[in-house]
Amino acid sequence: MKVIAAMSGGVDSAVAAARVVDAGHEVIGVHLALSSNPQKYRSGARGCCTIEDSHDARRAADIIGIPFYIWDMAEEFHEGVVSNFLSEYSSGKTPNPCLRCNEKIKFEAVLKRARAMGYDAVATGHYAKLFPSENGPLLYRADDEGKDQSYVLAVLTQEQLSGALFPLGDTVKSDVRKEAEARGFSLAQKPDSHDICFVPSGDNAGWLRERLGSEVGEIVDEEGAVLGSHKGAYTYTVGQRRGLGLTIPAEDGRARYVLRVEPINNRVVVGSREELAITEISGGDVNEVKWCGPIPELGEHRGLAQVRAHGKPLPCAYRWDGKKLSATLDAPLYGLAPGQALVIYEGERAVGSVTIEWTQ
Amino acid sequence: MAYLDNAATTAMLPEALEVMYREAVNVGNASSLHGAGRRARRVVEESREKLAAAVGAKPQEIIFTASGTEANNLAVKGMFWNAGATKRAILSSPIEHHAILDPLEWLEREHNVTLHLADVDGDGRTKVESVAQLLSEHENEISFVTVMHSNNEVGALQPVEEIAAISREYKIPIHSDAVQSFGKVPLDFAKLGVNAMTISGHKIGGPLGVAALVAKKELELTPLLHGGGQERDVRSGTLHTPAIAAFATAAELSHQRLLANADHIKALRERLIRGVTTAVADVRLNGGASTLPGIAHFTFAGAEGDALLLLLDAQGVQCSTGSACSAGIAQPSHVLIAMGMAPKVARSSIRFSIGTTTTEQEIDKAISVINEVVTRARAAGVR
Repeated sequence: MKVIAAMSGGVDSAVAAARVVDAGHEVIGVHLALSSNPQKYRSGARGCCTIEDSHDARRAADIIGIPFYIWDMAEEFHEGVVSNFLSEYSSGKTPNPCLRCNEKIKFEAVLKRARAMGYDAVATGHYAKLFPSENGPLLYRADDEGKDQSYVLAVLTQEQLSGALFPLGDTVKSDVRKEAEARGFSLAQKPDSHDICFVPSGDNAGWLRERLGSEVGEIVDEEGAVLGSHKGAYTYTVGQRRGLGLTIPAEDGRARYVLRVEPINNRVVVGSREELAITEISGGDVNEVKWCGPIPELGEHRGLAQVRAHGKPLPCAYRWDGKKLSATLDAPLYGLAPGQALVIYEGERAVGSVTIEWTQ
Repeated sequence: MAYLDNAATTAMLPEALEVMYREAVNVGNASSLHGAGRRARRVVEESREKLAAAVGAKPQEIIFTASGTEANNLAVKGMFWNAGATKRAILSSPIEHHAILDPLEWLEREHNVTLHLADVDGDGRTKVESVAQLLSEHENEISFVTVMHSNNEVGALQPVEEIAAISREYKIPIHSDAVQSFGKVPLDFAKLGVNAMTISGHKIGGPLGVAALVAKKELELTPLLHGGGQERDVRSGTLHTPAIAAFATAAELSHQRLLANADHIKALRERLIRGVTTAVADVRLNGGASTLPGIAHFTFAGAEGDALLLLLDAQGVQCSTGSACSAGIAQPSHVLIAMGMAPKVARSSIRFSIGTTTTEQEIDKAISVINEVVTRARAAGVR
């Protein structure tokens, strides 16, 4: 096959690229420039958008012995990921930009361009596995449970997955680092990126305030009693306990959590942990349900629900009615922010996903 | 393999390589007073004479530098800083190489300089009447004029001789970046009538890391580099004797072979243009009728320059898009934008540049793959 290896400048994508070459494919390395002014989004060493990162990616490509190019995806990234991130937050939701980046950039804009130019697939350093089936590849969790990234890939359709290669799915991260070392990559010991690549300081709330304003609003309880104030409701996430700065203690003296973010009246509603409990999750009225394998039959099925990137799989009954995907959890979950994705698994296999619109 | 990026850099001429090697094994600092130093000094001065002869200048007008960029910076900043407090403006063109534009913009930012950039036509040629008008309007503020001799992207030859004549009327000094023209078209410093001119070694089969600012003796320049004052007290740094010797050899040979080389290169350029325009629909050749012999700059509407380059590279054909920023992100070329192209169209352009070592086989290789490459790149689209 002719393969484009997306190379961020990190350890994982470098080893992934090398493995695709070893497998006998014709490979070129591509670093995605996601900001037209790289220093604008990030100036640390741990993100995916710096000049140093493109340099690290280039050096790895040199060692692997593949051509290397930089593709300017800044506009697509801004439209598909950064703007979406801002608009989701401003409507009181908590989005996952990595998921959007996979959906809109890596396996959409990049894959489309690659295919048009005569390439068959895009290889990335994601930790996930693909197994062939009659109707296309199926997406499975990686062997390294701690690193598994099938959650942020479950927005991809089988059509997109048919143009994806995840060469690291069967390897644990520590072995990937060892392999990078053995291959002579200078980036072998580069720290993992954790935070959001386009938020330079890692200060998500500050970054949001700069762009969405910092209008002071009230922090209230369910009865509407004002308990404190905040600088921008959208910097709060459902389930959050720290950083509320409340000076009036709750009557029962117990900790208070964010129950809801109300962007229109710029209010944050807080309450007890019990009030956070939910068992019903659904989406599909506004956002499209994505199936990464065969579409299940209409009706109810048993499965596992995962609702955040490194969250636990939760036993559930899930329903598909042709438009909406919903899940009823066997045990209550405390604190779930709308805007995250509900990903349904059957065992290790990712079945499909939808952006969470409603919980109870 | 087809190397069609000779405007970026050229293969060294065997004669220049031989001289470089010969000098590299000799010890000696050209500023030392002993025998080894005197030997190195003699090589430098003979080289200076050779180079001067090849470019129509006097030996004392040659200031060796380590790159064309350095020579351009020395000209731009050196002339500005020396011009006096009342001369706060500079006249140039919007299609200069970054080695001119960036120091100009730096002066604009850091020293409150006003930049007057003359209009260019759709072929990438600076309009003489625009230069004349700007000179007449801002005569008292303009410290100097700098206009390139030929454009490095589209190859358009610039009316430098005419512009120099007008500048002289206003007694305003003029510099020309002649890096792309040197060794490719007749270039005579004295006849051109400029006060300073930049030339470089590696574009003519000489080594990397050596260039020169050709500057009239009476042109005062404030130095960029302070130190031993090796070059006329204007440029400091130990002279790179082997590179200077090889540069002079390449210059001498390029000068001697100018017409024969130009014939060879022109024929290959015509072959390439004929082949490409026959193989591909909807292609435009830029630069007009009066260009450097070796540059063929095309716009393939609907295809991204980046994609064209990648696909050509995969086929073993090496060429170039416009300028790249430090992260390697392709920007639409400022030259094409100044020529009036829409950014989208500008992004759809690539440059093939032919040199003395280019063969018919290399041209035919490019022609044989161009249609498939453009078709694929067009399928990938332009953003």
